[in-house]
Amino acid sequence: MPSLPPIRPEDEAAARVRGDTGAFDAPVLEDEDSVRFDYLLRLGDDSLILGQRLGEWCGHAPSVEVDLSLANMGLDLIGQATFFLDYAGKVEGRGRDGDRLAFHRDVLDFRNCWLVEQPNGDFAQTMARQFLFSTWQKLLFEHLVGSRDELIAAVAAKAVKEVAYHEELSAEWVIRLGDGTDESRARMKEGLDWMWRFVPELFEMDEVAQEMAQRGIGADAAAFRPDYDRKVQSVLAQAGLEAPNDQRPILGGRRGHHGEHLGHLLAVMQFLPRTYPDATW
Amino acid sequence: MNDWPLWEVFVRAKGGMSHRHVGSVHAPDAGIAIRHARDTYTRRMEGVSLWVVPSASITASDPAEDGPMFDPAADKVYRHPTFYNIPDDIKHI
Repeated sequence: MPSLPPIRPEDEAAARVRGDTGAFDAPVLEDEDSVRFDYLLRLGDDSLILGQRLGEWCGHAPSVEVDLSLANMGLDLIGQATFFLDYAGKVEGRGRDGDRLAFHRDVLDFRNCWLVEQPNGDFAQTMARQFLFSTWQKLLFEHLVGSRDELIAAVAAKAVKEVAYHEELSAEWVIRLGDGTDESRARMKEGLDWMWRFVPELFEMDEVAQEMAQRGIGADAAAFRPDYDRKVQSVLAQAGLEAPNDQRPILGGRRGHHGEHLGHLLAVMQFLPRTYPDATW
Repeated sequence: MNDWPLWEVFVRAKGGMSHRHVGSVHAPDAGIAIRHARDTYTRRMEGVSLWVVPSASITASDPAEDGPMFDPAADKVYRHPTFYNIPDDIKHI
């Protein structure tokens, strides 16, 4: 069975209208639901992919307590993804639910940022990723609590407490590893060096993000960049670490351009429902 | 981690009740111990408050001295309130 979805007549029609921009599946900015669908995929895919990454630690963490912490965070994130993706399916109106979107989309259709798909590496790299992401996600959800879209506002209100805990826990580990032994410090520094180039993407306000912010549905991420930078600097200072040098930012996850890692993650995550489409347990 | 100290965990199930011992966690320090206790023992809404105490700070009675420690209490039935007969016309006790 081919894994790529069939090209339907309506896909071809959409491509003809779009001309040669190479982005025929981009949302139609004039159509609120089309943009909202794309925005919900971004929210849902961020949580889904990071939740899956954290799940990879299960049974492999440095201690049973850390194993539970990582799994708890992963499950919080997958819970958020379920809400966002189920809702995205409703907005899209093509009969897809959250499971369908999670397990039967291919890599180019994912709208998560690059940061969440980065490999776990060692525990320090995982915590560096978590801290840089959760700090951003908490600020994002704090803004989305005021969304004009009631469902987004309600999910954000519930999730913001979960994410506040993720931020605190990962900040504690950044501080302890950075301010720990020579080895833990070197590993945390390497973890931050790896993740740093994926931070600017979190604040990129492309057309979809701008459209959603203007309609009062999405958040203006650029507006809370100073809060983010302050928080990160404060934790790095407590950890005795310097911020890595700015690197060339890696962008494009929101348009479906991903790194080599995401396909491998999806292969593991999607294998079972794709091989046994009607399996239940 | 083998080199992390052990912490005893106490959970208050709801306001007004006392903290009860529920188990222990390994953690490098008190701050992380609280978070490990949260993730290990309160993930199903078991509590509203947590205490962690370094296990090393607990002084325990010596099992080898169980006899002198506890046996003398065995025949002191008069230490139980039920040992005493209450006169029928005393209502509020």
